[in-house]
Amino acid sequence: MDQIIIQTLHGLVNGMVLAMVASGLTLIFGIMDIVNFAHGDLLMLGAFVGASVLGVTGNYWLALLVAAVVIAVLGAVLQVTTLRPLIGRDPLTTILATFGISLVLQKYALWQWGPTVRRISEPVPGDFTLFHLQYPWYRIATAVLAGLIIGGLWLFLKYGKYGIWIRATTQDRVMAQAMGIPVPLVYTAVFAIGSAMAAASGVLFGPFAGVTQTMGFDFTLRAFIVVVVGGMGNLGGSILASIFVSLLEAYAAIVVSPAQAVIVSFVVLVLTMLFRPTGLFVPTPK
Amino acid sequence: MLVLENVDAHYGKSHVLHGVSIEVRAGEVVGLLGRNGVGKTTTLKAIMGMVRRTGGRITFDGRDLTGVPPHGLAGLGIAWVPEERRIFRLLTVLENLRTGLDRPGVTPDRRERLLEKVYSYFPILRERRNQAGGTLSGGEQQMLAIARAMMLEPKIILLDEPTEGLMPRMVAQIQEIVHALHRDGVAILLVEQNVPLTLDAAARVYIMEKGTVRHHASAAELRADQRVIHEYLGV
Amino acid sequence: MTAMPAARPRPPAAGYWIGFTVVVVLLVIAPLVLPPFWQRFATEILVWGLLAMSSDILIGYTGMVSFGHSAFFGLGMYGAAAALLTVKPPSLGLALLYGLVAAGAAAVFVAYFATRLRDIYFAISTLVFSQIFYVIIFTWTEVTGGENGLTFSQPRLTIPGIWSDRFTPVTFHWFVLAVVVLSYLLVRRITQSPFGMVLQSIRENEPRTRAIGYHVERYKIVAVMLSGLFAGLSGVLYALQNKFAAPDFVFFVVSGEVVIFNVMGGMGTLVGPFAGAAFFLLLREGLSRFLTEYYLIPLGIIFIIMIIFLPQGLLGFLRRRLNT
Repeated sequence: MDQIIIQTLHGLVNGMVLAMVASGLTLIFGIMDIVNFAHGDLLMLGAFVGASVLGVTGNYWLALLVAAVVIAVLGAVLQVTTLRPLIGRDPLTTILATFGISLVLQKYALWQWGPTVRRISEPVPGDFTLFHLQYPWYRIATAVLAGLIIGGLWLFLKYGKYGIWIRATTQDRVMAQAMGIPVPLVYTAVFAIGSAMAAASGVLFGPFAGVTQTMGFDFTLRAFIVVVVGGMGNLGGSILASIFVSLLEAYAAIVVSPAQAVIVSFVVLVLTMLFRPTGLFVPTPK
Repeated sequence: MLVLENVDAHYGKSHVLHGVSIEVRAGEVVGLLGRNGVGKTTTLKAIMGMVRRTGGRITFDGRDLTGVPPHGLAGLGIAWVPEERRIFRLLTVLENLRTGLDRPGVTPDRRERLLEKVYSYFPILRERRNQAGGTLSGGEQQMLAIARAMMLEPKIILLDEPTEGLMPRMVAQIQEIVHALHRDGVAILLVEQNVPLTLDAAARVYIMEKGTVRHHASAAELRADQRVIHEYLGV
Repeated sequence: MTAMPAARPRPPAAGYWIGFTVVVVLLVIAPLVLPPFWQRFATEILVWGLLAMSSDILIGYTGMVSFGHSAFFGLGMYGAAAALLTVKPPSLGLALLYGLVAAGAAAVFVAYFATRLRDIYFAISTLVFSQIFYVIIFTWTEVTGGENGLTFSQPRLTIPGIWSDRFTPVTFHWFVLAVVVLSYLLVRRITQSPFGMVLQSIRENEPRTRAIGYHVERYKIVAVMLSGLFAGLSGVLYALQNKFAAPDFVFFVVSGEVVIFNVMGGMGTLVGPFAGAAFFLLLREGLSRFLTEYYLIPLGIIFIIMIIFLPQGLLGFLRRRLNT
């Protein structure tokens, strides 16, 4: 029973972090049809930048902010130099391009920070007690923070002037342009926002497991799964799917090893693709 | 103001416009008639930069439109109301309007006035302003599409088959709107299949066939002698 | 059956056969003149090229991107390992058989997905699929050796009644060359056939191909099976050459590299993948001398630049010539 409670908490917390990662990915996919293979690596770089800033300043929140901004700029640069030239071409090319970017980013991180695992220390110390169980405060704080950030994103999209631009461009790029919305700029901005969210997720996740060059791939893979299960381009769906999939994995980890628990997510993905390809949390299209 | 000189256009390998020459002066309503598929919509798309122009020139207020990015046209004063309306279905009516309203240089005062004006022309939009665009009826969507274009305070509106699929009552309303826009001094390039409406609203009319302009006359002449209309449109 | 939408292939020009013979002759002589390291390198290029060619059947001809070829490769590898470890004396034929069967079984699964999913969903599902295999192989230590993989000895080349002897690096290279050349010729024959024409038609415009009356699903299934079998074959060859099987080769990165070979070399050409493999591996060799493990940074950048500016790959310009 204790196990179940702990795993539920794990599932929820991991789910919230994954939701942050997936929101960026689904936003990018929804607006420009790009499957960003390098998304997890942007997360990874964000974690490294965060770790470095933390090492220098000792301030977690500054680290979070700087990481998000730096990676946002990196994302914008990448989009303008490598992805913008590929607009209008076969979608395969963007998958390949982002795959190439992923390889380069991973090796760059290795070059820049070396092979030792970096640590990001917990921003909020101590455990909180639920019944007789202990659970680290910082993980709860992480989940809450992730929720706030996602909420902020949602508000921005719903009410901000630029939020309207983004939503209009996502629905009908051509008409958005006809209305004077500078679509190329919107694309770059969205990619930057997605990158920033990935980077922030990396810093949030840092204290959980340490920062390594290869930590990105797992997130990319899970984010893909969640985006498909939640409905591609569907922000609310990917959040629900993140929590759903993370909970399933957490429970599975009670029975099998964590490395094998990931198969559960794979199975959910495959079933979704075969039977409800528009997404599990999306009403069945007529 | 808007001048197409000998414009050629291609869809991939298909040569769809041949030497199209059309002019719309400031404040004028000009009609573009022709059967289905002759290239009327394509002509509008060529102006909007959505179709590859392979010959000729398009100028607006003397400025060559080559090299103007698609999102720059609204800023120059060109608004487009496409045939399928293309309202943003998941945005509310107000948000749809805001895509045109949220421009640099529009003071809060002017925003209010523009919105009020549009709501006075289309009261139903005020009623439905917080409803998603996709929930509106066909006629209401057409009104929203026109209202949205008006938000740009354009010098010219490219109006593509606004009465298509609408009930007679709505068609009359559209006719009213076209007149009102004309009174406001907005030029209109009106693509239509509805001949009487076009002849009533427009000062001059071009008739297209097979991707080129076949005939050009004042609406008055065409009203007087309907033979040309019969020849090209079979009505 | 309605008329074919594409033109009937003309017999290839003499130039093609001359070029082909030259290349084969060079590859035959290669192990005799090259130092040992480069001998092995040449053999490896052939093996990876075969893997990339198998992927080209899907990417270049049928228009289906697969990120799962590492699964077929890995299963071929582990299948061969299974034969060589469980049956004494180790038999070449059995290694080939086990490997192909294992890869073929996986191909059946993937073929099923191919009929139900399109484009990006198919690509993601192949990625996930190969990762599932990776996890299973990595964690099922009792059977697969887990992280450490399996080692075994190289079997003899036994042609009943004619030959039975150990391989030398040179003879092994010739063996691989023979297998690869035969595979290439076979696949080429298939892609030039009416069957191949239909695959290309599916790549160009699937709905139209279906509308004309072809059972697109059946063609896709066969394409996936072929691709999987040849990929498995390359896995067997790799296992035979290196005498080990390891989970690293089932990891997604291998699938990614395969796609890189395809893109760099030229999709839809069958020879392109070999050129792409050679180009990539040579660059890797060269760059890693200066940059050790960071060779991937410039290599990755070169790859990205090629996607943007040279999307048809090194030999892509030959695509028309080679296929009509």
